[in-house]
Amino acid sequence: MAEVLVYVDHVDGAVRKPTLELLTLARRIGEPVAVALGNGAADTAAALAEHGAVKVLTHEAAEYADYLVVPKVDALQAAYEAVSPAAVLVPSSAEGKEIAARLALRIGSGIVTDAVDLEAGDEGPVATQSVFAASFTTKSRVIKGTPVITVKPNSAAVEAAPAAGAVEALAVSFSDQATGTKVTARTPRESTGRPELTEAAIVVSGGRGVNGAENFSIIEALADQLGAAVGASRAAVDAGWYPHTNQVGQTGKSVSPQLYIANGISGAIQHRAGMQTSKTIVAVNKDPEAPIFDLVDYGVVGDLFDVVPQLTEEIKTRKG
Amino acid sequence: MSLRIVVTVKYVPDATGDRHFADDLTVDRDDVDGLLSELDEYAVEQALQISENSDDDVEVTVLTVGPEDAKDALRKALSMGADKAIHVEDDDLHGTDAIGTSLVLAKAIEKAGFDLVVSGMASTDGTGGIVPALVAERLGVPQVTLLSEVSVEDGTVKGRRDGDAASEQLEASLPAVVSVTDQSGEARYPSFKGIMAAKKKPVESWDLSDLDIDAEEVGLDGAYTKVEAVAERPARTAGTIVKDEGEGGKQLAEFLASQKFI
Ligand SMILES: Cc1cc2nc3c(=O)[nH]c(=O)nc-3n(C[C@H](O)[C@H](O)[C@H](O)COP(=O)(O)OP(=O)(O)OC[C@H]3O[C@@H](n4cnc5c(N)ncnc54)[C@H](O)[C@@H]3O)c2cc1C
Repeated sequence: MAEVLVYVDHVDGAVRKPTLELLTLARRIGEPVAVALGNGAADTAAALAEHGAVKVLTHEAAEYADYLVVPKVDALQAAYEAVSPAAVLVPSSAEGKEIAARLALRIGSGIVTDAVDLEAGDEGPVATQSVFAASFTTKSRVIKGTPVITVKPNSAAVEAAPAAGAVEALAVSFSDQATGTKVTARTPRESTGRPELTEAAIVVSGGRGVNGAENFSIIEALADQLGAAVGASRAAVDAGWYPHTNQVGQTGKSVSPQLYIANGISGAIQHRAGMQTSKTIVAVNKDPEAPIFDLVDYGVVGDLFDVVPQLTEEIKTRKG
Repeated sequence: MSLRIVVTVKYVPDATGDRHFADDLTVDRDDVDGLLSELDEYAVEQALQISENSDDDVEVTVLTVGPEDAKDALRKALSMGADKAIHVEDDDLHGTDAIGTSLVLAKAIEKAGFDLVVSGMASTDGTGGIVPALVAERLGVPQVTLLSEVSVEDGTVKGRRDGDAASEQLEASLPAVVSVTDQSGEARYPSFKGIMAAKKKPVESWDLSDLDIDAEEVGLDGAYTKVEAVAERPARTAGTIVKDEGEGGKQLAEFLASQKFI
């Protein structure tokens, strides 16, 4: 059976969920061979094996943390040359897309970015993408070289599928470009204890209607009752009320949770681009004409300062 | 010292318009008004700020690859303050994908001469965000991308990249390719004077033969990917909308419970 390279996104050996989803998709096309780089690379093997990786190629070197993107491209290229896979799958993070793109160029292949689904096809894997602010879906194929495809979080279910997951050291020699862009300082994001925005099953967001950084506690209280991640519109981020890492939309994160609750958000096209594919959409907005209501399964026309706390209380009561 | 900055810009269909596909499954660029991608305005702005903060002799060139109308995007960038413009236009470019676009941009940037390339974080139509990385790979120069802050001093570009897991300070020697995000600072509006001045600024037109690119390397025929099907997403079915008469939060809780969210 053909092998499929899967680039592993991990933090010091802890595999992030989108990579496990990639393994599910990779198994539709062939046998997943994972590539894990940097500090803790070998520690990823157990989780990867449990989800279907037949092999885990690992390499640790300081370059992966000290320089931007290119060392990882060099390593993925080395893995590509060692394995000759039928396809290369990479998580669709900002960095993942850049790694994948440079690899595709080097190996003379086409690339499809931001796939939301992947199926085997007679002429190679077929990727589904969601375009124009999710108002269209397209099906595309790479027609030159080995398909390189980046896949968004929440595009497939994580499935247990135990496989060997044999760890093998990958031989990597870095290119002249590898040390071109130095990372001179790194400040890790502080954990909020809430789920990762792109991975969460429920997202509760606030917009300009929240009217102040201090009022975001109302949004957070609801999120915490639901075990949800907190999102924000660009208006709320630009006003400095909530961090940019929580922005949902075209220039923020795109999310596709089971439930999205928009509070005080009008529903501009650029915001919709990041949340329109959510399963169930709920909105609270005092303007009955707000375009967000065109998307909702359930909407409340009202003041969020009344509706949201009452909702949070009611959930608390129901949970007992 | 002189510093040659090339800003890559894209002419895109207006996102607030009714964007759709043409019969050959390429983005329809005729029926919807186009404009300079808002995300490239940030690139123009940062290039102008680098220029204004520099003691060097800086020249800012805006470069676009696109149809005749794409000149509008160049005019806008010139009216913001860029010095000159290059328009790569060729009928054979229709349907070019990201890999092909990066080839045309890289060849044009080399021909123009550069110390620094500044791009936006992504186009507002394709939204892939990979062209700056591809251009850096082709030019063989450092990639310093997705910056929310950027500065250039003594032949070095520095910037801050706010990633998912961490915020990173980056540094590279020129020549280099940078891209900037919409967090890098609001773009200026063209002044009346700027608009008048733009009319007199030089706009060069190049075609594929000027760049030694064969028609087969670009366009739909040269593409590395193929869109096989396009479907409009079904409109979401109309939901229930209630007016809060004092019980709105409770009604919403009832809905969430009925959907098994609580
Ligand atoms: C290139 C580009 C990229 C962009 N990227 C993004 C992006 O990634 N994400 C994003 O979100 N936007 C993005 N935008 C901005 C987008 O166009 C909108 O400006 C933004 O989404 C508006 O945010 P908002 O809905 O919070 O604010 P507004 O549009 O001002 O809406 C506020 C809403 O709150 C309601 N409201 C006010 N007070 C209350 C109250 N007490 N109770 C209930 N409701 C209340 C109002 O009725 C209104 O509908 C982008 C724009 C551009 C040009």
